[in-house]
Amino acid sequence: MWIRSTMAYRASFVVTVFGNLLVTGLDFVAILLMFSQVESLGGWSLPEVAFLYGLSATAFGIADLTFGSMDVLGGRMRDGSFDTLLVRPVPVLAQVAADHFALRRLGRITQGVLVLGWALPAVDVDWTAAKVLLVPVMLVCGGVIFCAVFVAGAAFQFLAQDAAEVQNAFTYGGTTLLQYPPTVFGKDFLRGVTFVLPLAFVNWVPASYVLERPYPLGLPPWAAFASPLVAAVCCALAGLAWRAGLRSYRSTGS
Amino acid sequence: MGSGRLYLAVAAGGFRRYATYRAATAAGVFTNTVFGVILVYTYLALWDEKPHLGGYDQTQAVTYVWLGQCLYATLAIQGGGAEKDLMQRIRTGEIAVDLYRPADLQLWWLAGDVGRALFQMLGRGVIPFAFGALFFPMALPTDVTRWAAFTVTLLLATLVSFAIRYLAALSVFWLMDGMGVNQALMITGIFFSGMVLPLNAFPGVLGEIVRVLPWAAQLQMPADVLMGETDPLRAYAFQAAWAVVLLAAGRLVQSAATRRVVVQGG
Repeated sequence: MWIRSTMAYRASFVVTVFGNLLVTGLDFVAILLMFSQVESLGGWSLPEVAFLYGLSATAFGIADLTFGSMDVLGGRMRDGSFDTLLVRPVPVLAQVAADHFALRRLGRITQGVLVLGWALPAVDVDWTAAKVLLVPVMLVCGGVIFCAVFVAGAAFQFLAQDAAEVQNAFTYGGTTLLQYPPTVFGKDFLRGVTFVLPLAFVNWVPASYVLERPYPLGLPPWAAFASPLVAAVCCALAGLAWRAGLRSYRSTGS
Repeated sequence: MGSGRLYLAVAAGGFRRYATYRAATAAGVFTNTVFGVILVYTYLALWDEKPHLGGYDQTQAVTYVWLGQCLYATLAIQGGGAEKDLMQRIRTGEIAVDLYRPADLQLWWLAGDVGRALFQMLGRGVIPFAFGALFFPMALPTDVTRWAAFTVTLLLATLVSFAIRYLAALSVFWLMDGMGVNQALMITGIFFSGMVLPLNAFPGVLGEIVRVLPWAAQLQMPADVLMGETDPLRAYAFQAAWAVVLLAAGRLVQSAATRRVVVQGG
C-alpha cells in the first residue's frame, strides 16, 4: 500500500530517491574531502576506507529499508493509533516495519553499493574464496545487526515514548562510526562497540580479515567469521526486548 | 501593545513551544554528544596526519567539533526551524490568516525562530559543548571580551540562518510543496556550513568559494571568532552584509508572493 501510494507521484518519487542519494552521499563526500588533504586516515588508504564505508552504508541501507520506520512508533503511541495495530491479526512488529514503508530509502542502498563497487577492485587484496564469500556475509549480517538495533530502539520507545532521537544516535551514529577505520577511535570506545553493542562485527572485524589488517582490540583470528553468530544473538535479544516492551505497553487511555 | 512587545511575546512562544518536549530535548542532547565523540576521533586522526590543517591545531579542531554540535540545532543548520511551519502554512493555505495579522510577516517568523534558537541553544547545545570541554582538550578563550565578541557573531549567525531558511520557505508559494526545498536546505546547510569539515580545511578553489557563501556565517565565523582566528570586526561585517542582503531579498520575494498569493483550500 505504501509503495503504491508513493508511486502515484512518479516524478516526486524519482526526485526524492535522488535527493536521498545526495543526502546520504554527503558522508562520503566528507571522506573524499578529508582525503584531498591527506594520504591516509588512521593508517588506512582511501580505497580501504571506501570499502568500510560501502559495507556499512549498504548494510545500514538494508536495515533502514526494512525497519527504518520504527521511529514513527513513539508518535503512534502518543496519538493512540498504535492501539489499532494491536487488534489486527498480523504481528505488530511486521505492521510497524511496513508503516510508512518508504521505497525512497533505496537511495541509501544505491549509494552504498556504488561506493562498494568502486572500492572492491580498488583495494589491494589477494582475493581468496573465503574473502570473496565474506563480503556478502558481511552485508547480510550487518543488515541484520542494524535491524536488531532498530528493533531494540523501538522497544526502548515503549519506555521513553518521545525519544525517537536516542535511536538515531545508535543507528545513524553507528553507521557513521563504521565508515572510519577502527584505528581512529579510542580503546574504551572500541570495547563498547565490540562487546556491548557489537557493531564492530558489521564490517570492522571481518573487513580487517579481508584487508589483512590487525583486528581491533587484538581479537582472535576466528572472530572475522563470528558475524552470523553475533547477528543471531542480537536478533534474539532485540526480539526479547521488543516482547517485553509490547507487554508493558499501556494505551494512552482517556 | 507596542510592536516590540508583540514580537517579544512571539519569541517567548517559540521558546516555550520547544521547551515543552523535554524527552525529545534530552534525546537530542544524547545524539549530539555521541556524534560529537565520533567526529572528534576522526578529526584527531585527520589532524594527526596533517597538523595545522586549515590553520587549526588539534585542540582548535576539537573545539570546532563541539561548537558545531552546539549550533547544529540552534541554527537549524540542517533545516527544521520556523521555516518548516511556514512551509506547512503556505501549503495548507493557513498563511492567509498570518497575512491578515497586524504584524510584519518576516519579523513575526523571525521572532518565533529566535525564540526557538535560544531554547535549542540552552536546552540542547550547551550540554554537549560542556561535555566536550570536560572530556577533551579544547581551545577556549579566558578573556571576557572574546566571549562577548562570540555572542555577537552568534546573534548575526542566527539572523543569516533565518534569512536563508525564510527565502527557501517562501519558494513554496510557487512550488506548493516543500519536500524538495527541505532536502536542498539539508544538503547545502550541512555541506556549506562546515558541519562535515571546517571550511578552512576545504581544498583549493572549492575552499575559496565556500568561505564567501552565506553559510560560512553560521559555524565558521563564530568558531573563528571564539578561537581568535579572525578579527571580530571582519566577521561582523561579513555576517551583517549577508544578513542584510538575504533579509532584503526575503522582503522582496515576500511582497511578490503576497501580491500573487493564491490561497489553497477555498
